[in-house]
Amino acid sequence: MALVLDIRDLRKAFRAPDGETVSIVDVPAFSLEEAAHVALRGSSGSGKTTLLHLIAGILQADGGQIRIDGHDMAALPEAGRDALRAGRVGYIFQTFNLLQAFTALENVLLGMMFGRGADVARATALLTRVGLGDRLHYRPRQLSVGQQQRVAVARALAHHPRIVLADEPTGNLDLRHAREALGLIRDTCREQGSALLLVSHDEQVLAGFDTVVDLASINRAVAEASTVERTQ
Amino acid sequence: MTARAPGLLLLVRRSLRQHLLSTIVTAVSVALATGLTMAVFAIRDQAYVAFTGGRTGFDAVLGARGSQLQLVLNAVFHLETSPGNVPWSLYEAIKADPGVALAIPYAVGDSYEGYRIVGTTPERFSAVESATGRGLAMEAGRVFTPEADEAVVGSVVARRLGLRVGDEFAPAHGLVAEASAPHDDHCRVVGIMAPTNSPSDRVIWIPIDGVFRMSGHVLRGTGRPYRAVEGEPIPDEHREVSAVMLTLADPQAGFFLSQRINGQGKVATLAWPIGRVVAELFDRIGWITQVLALVAYLVVAVAAGSVLASIYNTMNERRREFAILRALGARRAVVSLVIVLEAATITALGVIGGGVVYLGILAVARAVIRAQTGVVLDVLAWHPALWMTPVALLALGALAGLVPAWKAYRTDVADHLSPTS
Repeated sequence: MALVLDIRDLRKAFRAPDGETVSIVDVPAFSLEEAAHVALRGSSGSGKTTLLHLIAGILQADGGQIRIDGHDMAALPEAGRDALRAGRVGYIFQTFNLLQAFTALENVLLGMMFGRGADVARATALLTRVGLGDRLHYRPRQLSVGQQQRVAVARALAHHPRIVLADEPTGNLDLRHAREALGLIRDTCREQGSALLLVSHDEQVLAGFDTVVDLASINRAVAEASTVERTQ
Repeated sequence: MTARAPGLLLLVRRSLRQHLLSTIVTAVSVALATGLTMAVFAIRDQAYVAFTGGRTGFDAVLGARGSQLQLVLNAVFHLETSPGNVPWSLYEAIKADPGVALAIPYAVGDSYEGYRIVGTTPERFSAVESATGRGLAMEAGRVFTPEADEAVVGSVVARRLGLRVGDEFAPAHGLVAEASAPHDDHCRVVGIMAPTNSPSDRVIWIPIDGVFRMSGHVLRGTGRPYRAVEGEPIPDEHREVSAVMLTLADPQAGFFLSQRINGQGKVATLAWPIGRVVAELFDRIGWITQVLALVAYLVVAVAAGSVLASIYNTMNERRREFAILRALGARRAVVSLVIVLEAATITALGVIGGGVVYLGILAVARAVIRAQTGVVLDVLAWHPALWMTPVALLALGALAGLVPAWKAYRTDVADHLSPTS
């Protein structure tokens, strides 16, 4: 089966305030098959958001490769990463990151705008699918927290992404809504044929996935950091 | 792939609406800058054309020795005081000159309710054409008869004072209403002139003999005082005129007359050509329009600055928005373009409003200049400033947008998306 995501020797380091370089991500190999649903278990400080940002091309990798559908995100200049992200990557944030000035429908349309272009019919269909067919013209503030996350899910899927990245998507939701949101994310990704890479520290969330990978097992930077902490 | 244009416009529109007050205030400041700048240049040039153009119907003015400008202001625009009188013989002489096609005498010095009374001959109405090419048409009644106590009233005077054919009034000595002593004489309005959009609209015309015979007037045509006696003709040697309005037979005549009268004479001054004399006035007060232009430029600078500031001030709260748009695949350039478009849109709104401001300022200027001088500006006349100013402001506005756009361009996506874990 074709790989939607194929990571090799991915490295990212940041410069700490004291001038030292701190390695955050060091992933020798990680891959995701087409339409696969994989959960990464990661606690705070495990570099999970950085890893997702690297995969999405929001951050530039220091080295290695991130092949998305065969296109190497790590090798592209910024504009190329933007285009690849706009075309093939969906992103669901813990904090939803909806644009407050725009309606639910417009938020979903903005998810398409930079990729294959706005499609009102598809945006409406997606919002109807996530149960917001009667809230198309509501602003985020007029929606409940659960509804906001559903708008974010619809937006992440709007441009037919090959892979959806979800960063603690249920972190801001109560138990009932979290379960609902998770089910919705998984169902819609399946319906749209998108692979799903979800990062969470919540065992209840992780329990629903057939494949759960410990971030520490693929990210050598995490293991090193804890070694350093122990030796100090 | 890039963003579709309607999407960008949606982003621009939403942002402007979200900061509606700041958008409106900024657009208004741009409107004021646009309108003011266009008005300063348009009024300057239109006033120049209106005052120096051949709207007077005359080529030259002959009057007492002194300033040509004062002579023109007094005789043509009915402003200022008369520089003095010249003897009737001079009028007769210039009238007989082969270079002169038409000579019309004026005698001034009286007024009624603040409007100047000019004594002249009926020829003033029959022979002189206004700038429009029409004769000085009467709206009602007829021209006065030379020997009668009759008056023809300019259109503005008639409207303001409510004078109608058949009304009588008592002229006052002097030009200022409060300080004037009323004469015992009365004039009867026999005609109302149609509007000419010239200084003539603000004048009351009476027979020149009526001025000579006005009680209390002392004539010094010969140097000795003389008072007109009722029922007796006034000998020519006692008559005097304040100015002689001239139409010349040909342009050369003006040159020779000017040489002869201004170069050698000690009695009289020939103001010729009238347009040149007024143009000299404009040259002399040119610094006023320069100051006004400078003020307009400053307002433009302030407007451009406020476009910059109004958008720049929203940048901090919008970093997250930019980061989200970037996360959705918008390039840096697209986010920056949105900001520049916002600046351009605010400026465009302001420029449109500037058209209204411009028309407003010109309408007021037109009313004021007309009320003060009778000269009428063409409000709707085209002027290069009418396209150069909007274009310059749009460019400046977009340029001002580049500063916040640069800030948007540099917004770091990862830092502003959400708390990292």
